[in-house]
Amino acid sequence: MRIGVFICHCGSNIAGTVDCAKVAENARMFPDVVLAKDIMYTCAEPGQAAIEAAIHEHKLDGVVVASCSPRIHEPTFRRTVERAGLNRYMFEMANIREHVSWIGKDKEANTNKATELVQIAVAKLRNDKPLKAKSFDVNKRVLIIGAGVAGIQAALDCAEGGIQVVLVEREATIGGKMAKLDKTFPTVDCSACILGPKMVDVAQHPNITLYAKSEVEDISGYVGNFSIKIRKRATYVDWDKCTGCGACTEKCPAKKTPDTFNELVGPTTAINIAFPQAIPKKAVINPEHCRQLTKGKCGVCAKVCPTGAINYEQQDEIITEEVGCIVAATGYDLMDWTVYEEYGGGRYPDVVTSLQYERLLSASGPTEGHIKRPSDGKEPKNIVFIQCVGSRDRSIGRPYCSGFCCMYTAKQAILTKDHIPDSKSYVFYMDIRANGKIYDEFTRRAMEEYGTEYIRGRVSKIYPDGEGHLIVRGVDTLLGEGVEIKADLVVLAVGVEAAKGSPKLAEKLRISYDSYGFFLESHVKLKPVETNTAGVYLAGVCQGVKDIPASVAQGSAAAAKVLGLFSKDKLENDPQIASVDMKRCVDCGKCIRCCPFGAIKEVEFRGKMYAQVIETVCQGCGLCTSTCPQGAIQLSHATDNQILAEVNTLCQC
Amino acid sequence: MNDAIELSRMRDTDFTAAVDAQSGQRISTCYQCGNCTAGCPAGFVYDLQVNQVMRGVQLGLKNKVLNSRSIWMCLSCSTCSQRCPNNIDVAGVMETLRHMARKEGIVTVPKVDKFWTSFLATVRKYGRTYEIGTMVLYMLRSMRVFTDVDLAPAALAKGKLGLKPHKMPEEGAEAVGRIFKRYQERANRQGVRA
Repeated sequence: MRIGVFICHCGSNIAGTVDCAKVAENARMFPDVVLAKDIMYTCAEPGQAAIEAAIHEHKLDGVVVASCSPRIHEPTFRRTVERAGLNRYMFEMANIREHVSWIGKDKEANTNKATELVQIAVAKLRNDKPLKAKSFDVNKRVLIIGAGVAGIQAALDCAEGGIQVVLVEREATIGGKMAKLDKTFPTVDCSACILGPKMVDVAQHPNITLYAKSEVEDISGYVGNFSIKIRKRATYVDWDKCTGCGACTEKCPAKKTPDTFNELVGPTTAINIAFPQAIPKKAVINPEHCRQLTKGKCGVCAKVCPTGAINYEQQDEIITEEVGCIVAATGYDLMDWTVYEEYGGGRYPDVVTSLQYERLLSASGPTEGHIKRPSDGKEPKNIVFIQCVGSRDRSIGRPYCSGFCCMYTAKQAILTKDHIPDSKSYVFYMDIRANGKIYDEFTRRAMEEYGTEYIRGRVSKIYPDGEGHLIVRGVDTLLGEGVEIKADLVVLAVGVEAAKGSPKLAEKLRISYDSYGFFLESHVKLKPVETNTAGVYLAGVCQGVKDIPASVAQGSAAAAKVLGLFSKDKLENDPQIASVDMKRCVDCGKCIRCCPFGAIKEVEFRGKMYAQVIETVCQGCGLCTSTCPQGAIQLSHATDNQILAEVNTLCQC
Repeated sequence: MNDAIELSRMRDTDFTAAVDAQSGQRISTCYQCGNCTAGCPAGFVYDLQVNQVMRGVQLGLKNKVLNSRSIWMCLSCSTCSQRCPNNIDVAGVMETLRHMARKEGIVTVPKVDKFWTSFLATVRKYGRTYEIGTMVLYMLRSMRVFTDVDLAPAALAKGKLGLKPHKMPEEGAEAVGRIFKRYQERANRQGVRA
């Protein structure tokens, strides 16, 4: 074999603490190495051209590059050797940057370690075999989980691109959090007016199949061919018959049902339609409060329904859909702010969350757009907004900034002045984060044009004065003195947390999530919508806090990734997968049980049973190869022989 | 701005490091939200607010912080520690600063120091707190004879002010006295004020 070794300086990243010329000199002594040289930037065009030229000139049949992490440039160099006529798997990479130069300063020790890593790579390469990818068909349908604004945008863009979309929404209506908002910053345009048309498009688009009040139960398969089980929750209403007329909601006697769409501000009926522009505009029965379902007596809705759509016997339904890729857009929830005793811990009805306040502002909300405080329905005159409630707070495990609270608080202060001209708003803040397009101008408007009093400091105590007011005590740290405000209503800018159940969904999707439950993108800057699982993309706040413009942008970005994937009729699998040596297999079944992807099946051959790897499903994790008691399963490009060759070399170094 | 603090000269990074080490807190995590100041029940008598004390420590302004009244007027109620979003034991930092100031011989509010000395003297002698003894010692030390005397009748009537010291069983008082002695010896060895 004729091997060429290239040692990269990476400018001074490697050469600063590794003697690259010395490593190259050492490498010339290794078996089969016919050429070793050091290059300033191997990944740059001249560097790659030098590799290609060396392959031709020295008739190389294997290349080692000692440079950065394979996660960064392995695909680059595989393409380089392929261009020069070699198989892309006749290439090995030694990581002498992250594993050597960046973690140690002793140049001599670093040079020795780099030499050893190169020696190991050479030993592996001497045992490498050319591998070929196989191609397989793609099912050009996409599953989008979550129909908030990010999911809706992704769905519409995919559908417009000619892709069949399966859209699954946990709630009874699509729209997510944005549908609950009254107006949106920084333009103060009506949320329902800008989201509504998109929601209608979802309902009417021929390429979109919508499952509302449904959740993803199970996901199997792999990029190009996923199989999805969807649990369609019982709504006790036959949606094929329901026309959304609302007769049932008018007559329903269970009028004290908690209204989750209105964030529990005011009650609703046990059978209800979330809001006038709901999509689908279908009634849903809340089984915990329906008198027929809890006590077996009532049946009023069934009597008044003109189409006979009510079905108290309805059960959950499991639907199976086949798709080629998945976009997760599951959004967020608000943290439980009642841990803060200084804000009353939930005891005072006139301390509300910002999302509750949106419902109070909204014309389709429980107060029909008139700001009435929950305790006595009076119009508040002095309103205190408190920012960073559950954000930037390490002591409760939420050290991150929720990103959009500064902006919506400014918006709510502006709207308050519009609704009640003789009102006065106060905002307690730590820092104002307004770093979007026309965002800072917007917060300045709240202060300068709308007279909102911004107080730099925190609130220490809220208590009722017995005369219907709430006394808000805090500090103005710019003044260095305590301040006190007699408020009629307090609005808490409650922080964001990952949607409930997101870790469970991540496990179904086989993607990673951070310690707060947000899904992990493949690269925080360069692959913000991809995950480390092929064919699974992210959009919206499920990946990290972001506002509506960013969510919409990421929804479109995810759709671009879907359309890019589906632009190919066939996908190639990674040939670094397991395969079974039938001569050694004893059909013990251990590999079948340990495989996390269901990629191994039993097959019969000449009257005997054997394990067989489904090539397109195998992800090459290597669990089966280390489980097999016979050593009958080998992982291509990481075979026992290849690994032992590396270990042997290391032990002899 | 002739009276501006010249940071390049005034900044004492050793002081910041010493406060970190002695209090066991990471002052650099403070991002000046103001929760400590907002909740402080004694803030109205402070010359520097709690968040300003923390800022002074961050900037290494040793003289400004150790000469402040605030560190002596702190009630050690720990509301600040409980509210701090960054888990800083702010009351612990205030206590560390008092110790540091005392070791440096800076006691900006002597009567607080005198009250503590009087209180601890009774504990040293009797093993437990002795209210009347504390009062008398404090009056003698501070020359504030009539301070809070008006409260005495009510406190006496409610049995909150024992005329005799509380008794400790089994030579407890002597045991407590030995703790004080050991502490005094250690302070002498280290050459600091006990």
